[in-house]
Amino acid sequence: MIQRITDYLDITAECFAEKTAFADDNRKMTFAELKTEACQVATALIKSELFKKPVAIYMDKQTECVSAMMGAAYSGNFYTVLDAHMPVARIEKILDTLLPEAVLTTEKYAETVGSFAGGTQVYVYEELMTSPADLKAVDAAKGKVISSDVLYVLFTSGSTGMPKGVIISHRAVLEYCEWLAACFPLDKNTVFGNQTPFYFVMSGLDIFQTIRNGSTTYIIPRMAFSFPGMLMNYLKENKINTLYWVPSALCMIANMGALPEIRLPHLRFVMFSGEVMPTKQLNMWRREYPDVLFANAYGPTELTDICAYYILDREIKDNESIPIGKACEHMDILILDSNDQPAGQGEVGELCGRGPSLAYGYYNEPEKTAAAFVQNPLNHEYPEKIYRTGDLVRYNEYGELIFVSRKDFQIKHMGHRIELGEIETAVSALDKIDRACCLYDSKRSQIVLYYIGKIETGEIRERLKLVLPEYMIPNKIHQLDSMPMNLNGKIDRAALKAQFH
Amino acid sequence: MEELIEKLKEIRDDIDFKTETKMVESGLLASFDIIQIVAMISEEYDVKVPISELIPANFNSVEALYAMIQKLEDE
Repeated sequence: MIQRITDYLDITAECFAEKTAFADDNRKMTFAELKTEACQVATALIKSELFKKPVAIYMDKQTECVSAMMGAAYSGNFYTVLDAHMPVARIEKILDTLLPEAVLTTEKYAETVGSFAGGTQVYVYEELMTSPADLKAVDAAKGKVISSDVLYVLFTSGSTGMPKGVIISHRAVLEYCEWLAACFPLDKNTVFGNQTPFYFVMSGLDIFQTIRNGSTTYIIPRMAFSFPGMLMNYLKENKINTLYWVPSALCMIANMGALPEIRLPHLRFVMFSGEVMPTKQLNMWRREYPDVLFANAYGPTELTDICAYYILDREIKDNESIPIGKACEHMDILILDSNDQPAGQGEVGELCGRGPSLAYGYYNEPEKTAAAFVQNPLNHEYPEKIYRTGDLVRYNEYGELIFVSRKDFQIKHMGHRIELGEIETAVSALDKIDRACCLYDSKRSQIVLYYIGKIETGEIRERLKLVLPEYMIPNKIHQLDSMPMNLNGKIDRAALKAQFH
Repeated sequence: MEELIEKLKEIRDDIDFKTETKMVESGLLASFDIIQIVAMISEEYDVKVPISELIPANFNSVEALYAMIQKLEDE
């Protein structure tokens, strides 16, 4: 019986021992190596008598980062991935909350880590590789882990700037993995092109499906995301057939004109999540790859990445939003109105999720946990938690879920309730618009639009008047050469807000 | 070349464009900067940078950028 994520690796390390599991610019790591090195890491943690303790991983995005994660899991501890590219201030905030008992790093960063680790034990990966794994000890530690134990704590950006550590159990991840494998064409022939950082929930799909199925994940060099030709050639040369990316990365390829230039003959499955995918750019992809399966995934870190999905099986017009579809088979969705009652047919309400992939809450943050993880208001009979996403959704005429806006993006302007997302959808549908982001300057009571594209602001205004009511027309429109992006590769709304003047 | 450096300084005033030779590989230029540089080139020099020229080697130094622009202007 599969109880823990490491049980997958025990199987694939046998069946696919010599096959490449993870590859980066420097190394191709086989499943056998992945397991062996993970057990070496686990041995060191077990020797230090760490069990059910937080372990921080501070490395570049590399194959050894995965064996470090699995090492923490084999030893019965849980991990948090920090990225060497994260600003030090953010790392310090995370460490203050997580209070790790160990930090795993590489020789390259041993000194850096030493400077912020304080009294915490630092383990250098290369040194751990010099002593063999104690498989007996690893088996004993692993045997004490049950599926409800914590696998990782993942820190989300948080709009306030204070990162919150979402606590995810083995079971939450296993249910997510099993659902994915049943729902999508993911198997031993899958070759992932990984875009998302390892400290970002979406990367779990690439990592855990690879470990579950004996697939292969190529860790795409970060630099490639600045050069669409290089990126497309990388995908082609490595026969990558599956992408699970943030929309911004897919848009970059479409907007830079790379789609008709370089064909990806192996591509078979493309899924996106993390922010709203602009329909126009998705249609550019779909036209180029009519036989590829495209899917929109929706979900917060708190529900282990995905709680709803939509398989693109009909034509979506450029001015239509892409549905988020329906609840994943292992999860349930409630749409609650402002009185915590089920929203009526076609009414907008807050999406709340329940099910086995629900997180336990925020690490060392009981108040924030209590505010977002609440008793199901429709269940008065027994304790049952749901997570309030803060996302507003409704059902369309096809019975598909539509993301409307963040609750925080719902604004009151000139007496009207407005969803900024609706304005963004209208702007994004206009010809010659590459990307658009709409914000509200509450101090000046103005709707502010930022866009990139070869179109004058006056023309945008004229054409929006044909599709939006007067009160939804942005008061200020700014053209940008490029959108600021956050660490995960999504549009950085906070940075845009800082530009208000 | 001096003119190009001035324009690049408007995008990133913290980089010493005269001496840097590994602007992409060292991670000095983010993808945000590269998109801005491409936009600046098309605006100031009236040339479109095709996908085939959009490669790290052309963005590693001012000399490489300058050579690429000249090549595109000649075409």
